Amino acid sequence: MNAPFLKVEGLAKRFPGPRGKDGLTVFENVHFGIEKGEFVCIIGHSGCGKTTILNVLAGLDEASDGVVIMDGKEVRGPSLDRGVVFQGHALLPWLSTLKNVEFGVRSRYPDWTRHQIEAHSTKYLEMVGLGHALHKKPAELSGGMKQRVGIARAFAIEPKMLLLDEPFGALDALTRGTIQDELLKIVLATAQTVFMITHDVDEAILLADKIVLMSNGPLARIAEIVEVTLPRERSRTTMHHDPQFYRIRNHLVDFLVNRSKAFAEEAGAEGCDPRHPPVVRPGLAAPSAEIVALPAGQPAQTHVTKASA
Amino acid sequence: MDERKRWRAPLLSLIFLLLFLGVWQVATQPDAATAVAADDEYAALLGAAAAGGGQSAMPTPAEVGAKLWEHLSDPFYDRGTNDKGIGIQLAHSIARVLLGFGLAALVAIPLGFVIGMSPLVYRALDPFIQILKPISPLAWMPLALYTIKDSGISAIFVIFICSLWPMLVNTAFGVSSVRRDWLNVARTLEVSRLRTAFQVILPAAAPTIMTGMRISIGIAWLVIVAAEMLVGGTGIGYFVWNEWNNLSIANIISAILFIGLIGMLLDTTLARLARAVTYKE
Ligand SMILES: Nc1ncnc2c1ncn2[C@@H]1O[C@H](COP(=O)(O)OP(=O)(O)OP(=O)(O)O)[C@@H](O)[C@H]1O
Ligand SMILES: [Mg+2]
Repeated sequence: MNAPFLKVEGLAKRFPGPRGKDGLTVFENVHFGIEKGEFVCIIGHSGCGKTTILNVLAGLDEASDGVVIMDGKEVRGPSLDRGVVFQGHALLPWLSTLKNVEFGVRSRYPDWTRHQIEAHSTKYLEMVGLGHALHKKPAELSGGMKQRVGIARAFAIEPKMLLLDEPFGALDALTRGTIQDELLKIVLATAQTVFMITHDVDEAILLADKIVLMSNGPLARIAEIVEVTLPRERSRTTMHHDPQFYRIRNHLVDFLVNRSKAFAEEAGAEGCDPRHPPVVRPGLAAPSAEIVALPAGQPAQTHVTKASA
Repeated sequence: MDERKRWRAPLLSLIFLLLFLGVWQVATQPDAATAVAADDEYAALLGAAAAGGGQSAMPTPAEVGAKLWEHLSDPFYDRGTNDKGIGIQLAHSIARVLLGFGLAALVAIPLGFVIGMSPLVYRALDPFIQILKPISPLAWMPLALYTIKDSGISAIFVIFICSLWPMLVNTAFGVSSVRRDWLNVARTLEVSRLRTAFQVILPAAAPTIMTGMRISIGIAWLVIVAAEMLVGGTGIGYFVWNEWNNLSIANIISAILFIGLIGMLLDTTLARLARAVTYKE
């Protein structure tokens, strides 16, 4: 078997406790892989360590244990090979939209002329539908527009892989929908490899090939990897007509609501191997036992609330 | 504010000014002075200030106005050491302030940058800064005169010292509190350390640095008057002291007005610059 494009092996994060007290192990024994061109979402309750994992993949944070190997090389520190879209967009407020994107492009292609850099940056801003706002400052943009600039900035450096930390968390449902569509289009066109954190089950089903489920922290771990078996050509408006959609969705909601908390004991009892977390395809299973009844008329946008309880 | 009410504040300012001038006029009228001084607070204050020179030393507004006109119509004459135009005196003071302030900026901003970037250097230098900062800049004067042996340079040194701290502390604070996110952006984009310093940290900290510079120039302008009274020779501070010895209150009042005016000019200039580097988040 070939090694995947990105491989996470035995990752753990521990924080030393206050003097004399035990430290905190946020997660340990985290193993998973991402293939080239794959879109992977990670879902788990707040505080289980998703951002920490993403920061380790980005090279911004160091794990206490374990390694991340991308394209045959160990990840040690940030790199232009991995574009990051930050949760709080993190645009430089004194630069215009265009200059924000150019800032990264100049770093990626240091020997390009000013003209080339501008043309390249403009192209990516047009791709996210911001061709008309090139010279606006971030403060003059709406939340959704800012997030799109962040996405354009990450895409424009043409990284081998894209890391997104709840990119649409702060947006209203309508804006989120349009940007999801845009992201889906771009990712399909560029076959970009993506790792994305989300709290939104529907968003994960719409975008992902694989959804990594994390159990609750502390001592969180990968509980399951759900393969989204829906055809790749998905759309937000028709997706829910596919019978697979509700099976997958019910499986995910069921995990988050019922199983994520007790997972540590459950897994211990079954004695499953953390190196090979179970891969499930609830979409293909017979629509029987696993269905969780949804209240009638519930919209397709169930947003998992950020609760640590 | 309402378009039509915009003239109200300036009008009120004008009324206050006229009122003040009126009280002043009444208080300093040679014949009525004794009668009014008893029941008017302003007059009492002005009277007390003029006490050293007797009743006649306190000029009327008209006399000060005439003096001001005299200074303004010929600001740059030079008739020997003790008789130079007020423009020349002010120019000397401004030059000293700008020189001392400029040197302080050259030291404080790079040093503040280093302190702000490195928690170790910050902790190591903090005790020194905490002790040196509250020292009155004039307390350095004897030491400066003794070591430098030049009164002009000593005055500049005093300006340097008093401008240093606000800029140093503000720069260090601005640099150390740059948002983590912005630094992480630079890191993930593999932006070099030098480019990060100039294109991320500097613009991010610029408003805080400018605030420090604005405080510094304000203090420098306050201190120069006192410093020049001590070292003598030239400058607006020396001019005030000299006119006190001449008992020319009208000249002193003119000088005070000019000091205020230049101080305001320096402050608004830096406020403009600060606005140019401010960003909205
Ligand atoms: N410096 C620190 N010291 C101690 N514990 C920390 C520190 N930083 C983070 N943690 C802990 O690590 C855990 C994981 O944090 P992380 O930000 O990765 O969570 P998350 O899964 O991204 O949550 P959310 O969904 O709310 O963003 C949290 O429980 C937090 O308490
Ligand atoms: Mg997070």
